[in-house]
Amino acid sequence: MATQHSRSAARLMMAPAVILLLGWMLVPLTMTLFFSFKKYLPLRGGDLGWVGFDNYVRFVTSSAFWPSVVTTLIIVGGVLAITVVLGVLLAILLNQPMWGQGMVRILVIAPFFVMPTVSALVWKNMFMDPNYGLLAHLWKFFGATPVEWLSQASLPSIVMIVSWQWLPFATLILLTAIQSLDSEQLEAAEMDGAPALKRFGYITLPHLSRAITVVILIQTIFLLSIFAEIFVTTGGAFGTKTLSYLIFQRVLESQNVGLGSAGGVYAIILANIVAIFLMRIVGKNLDA
Amino acid sequence: MGRIQLENVTKSFGNVEVIPPLNLTIEDGEFAVFVGPSGCGKSTLLRLIAGLEDVTSGTISIDGTEATQVPPAKRGLAMVFQSYALYPHMSVRKNIAFPMKMAGIDEAEQNKRIEAAAKALNLTDYLDRKPGQLSGGQRQRVAIGRAIVREPAAFLFDEPLSNLDAALRVGMRLEISELHERLETTMIYVTHDQVEAMTMADKIVVLRAGVIEQVGSPLELYNSPCNTFVAGFIGSPKMNLIEGPEAAKYNAQTIGVRPEHLEVSAESGDWSGRVSVSEHLGSDTFLHVHDTGLADSITVRTDGNVSFKHGDRVFMTPRADVIHRFDAQGLRIE
Repeated sequence: MATQHSRSAARLMMAPAVILLLGWMLVPLTMTLFFSFKKYLPLRGGDLGWVGFDNYVRFVTSSAFWPSVVTTLIIVGGVLAITVVLGVLLAILLNQPMWGQGMVRILVIAPFFVMPTVSALVWKNMFMDPNYGLLAHLWKFFGATPVEWLSQASLPSIVMIVSWQWLPFATLILLTAIQSLDSEQLEAAEMDGAPALKRFGYITLPHLSRAITVVILIQTIFLLSIFAEIFVTTGGAFGTKTLSYLIFQRVLESQNVGLGSAGGVYAIILANIVAIFLMRIVGKNLDA
Repeated sequence: MGRIQLENVTKSFGNVEVIPPLNLTIEDGEFAVFVGPSGCGKSTLLRLIAGLEDVTSGTISIDGTEATQVPPAKRGLAMVFQSYALYPHMSVRKNIAFPMKMAGIDEAEQNKRIEAAAKALNLTDYLDRKPGQLSGGQRQRVAIGRAIVREPAAFLFDEPLSNLDAALRVGMRLEISELHERLETTMIYVTHDQVEAMTMADKIVVLRAGVIEQVGSPLELYNSPCNTFVAGFIGSPKMNLIEGPEAAKYNAQTIGVRPEHLEVSAESGDWSGRVSVSEHLGSDTFLHVHDTGLADSITVRTDGNVSFKHGDRVFMTPRADVIHRFDAQGLRIE
């Protein structure tokens, strides 16, 4: 890419992709902004004109707003904590030489290929159903009263379902990272007198820090917008209404496109705040 | 303190026996070099001594106490790895401090030893850098520093210079030798480079396929190699090994003549051939002579200022007192 000619040729050839991506992002964003300043009720009169910041004020002052932000953060935080901790442990386990290693690795990764809707339904009906779910049978076997998971422990249940889905992703990334650890470093630490736990703390974990950062950043992006798991299990009841679910309710259940769009803009802001904090906390691991 | 004794040590990986029963003693303060072609088991032997691999049978004792089942950290040995194995996220200071931290040595003593090691190894200015910001030679010195501060009974080096460029290798070779003179600690050094072995060792252990071929001082190995393998392996350029009628004249299956023990002349001599390549090093010239009827190629080491060229006819005469004779099994005939 040295000459003037090749540079302009490169620009020309990259242009379609750049324009497509830009359009893909800008059109929905502009439309969201456009609707958020309108009173727009598709089934009750359609476009009722500009209303300024009314939608924004209404969305924030609604009693459902702050709980939904808190719920979103709890789910994201809970899933991140579970997947990172278990992911590191599973990665270490899978890195040990064992019989049937390839098969085991495929099995571990399998949940990631199950669609969110399907996995949530499987959990809801097969495991968590208080009458005929597997967990209910387990509880009954020990003489306990079955837990009504999705109403009595709704938030932990959803965190569990989503963690189950994302654990393979974390494990996979962390496993590849762990495989790139120079075994001589571990041997050197062993010679230096570090027992297994200290080798993990001083050598393995610092080596994994970059991969953990990647896992946290990528998962956060996807977890902020989880929807299907909530939709098919609790339907937003029992304190499981996240910000994205609240927006869905405003737009489709209340048929208020303007209000929902304002919520969408708030979601963008929330995502950016989370992103800034994350980059501050873990982003430095990506340097060097 | 660091007398290391191996008795009937064997090592197998699955059904493959890498090291058949082996006995070896390394005396306290000795600089022992394990040398051999790649895959000869020299690194495995070092790792057995370090405790990073378990022996299949036999015993290893350090200073008279059996250490076969002792974990690596408790053997009091320090190892320098081929890849240096520095901890990339720790500064040089923390790298060097790590073994002391693990041993629970107090901070004042730690700092004292770090300063001393840094001074000895010219690392004082680099203590706060990360390994990634150091050159190969500096990394090597940090790895040695990390080994020194533990004040081990013996140092184990696993091909420590193979990742350095040629000039640096010569420098580090000297530094390690000087370090040995100063510390007077046992050192075991693994290399495939016979030049390193010759220049550094008090005792060379030549290995082939896990078997010790010969143990001795560099000059012993050079002057009286016990078989054709050692004869061909020790010395640079390699010894010329000649079979056939010429060897029979000396009542041997094979005779060995070192390149430096051949007199070369343009007019007359015992053997004759045609120069294929002449390598001028300034101080010496290596002539590779073909068409001698003795071996594929005969190497001659001669004066730096000879002017033989490709295709020239040369005559060579071996010095009779330094011809090595070997029998049909390849063993030395005295």
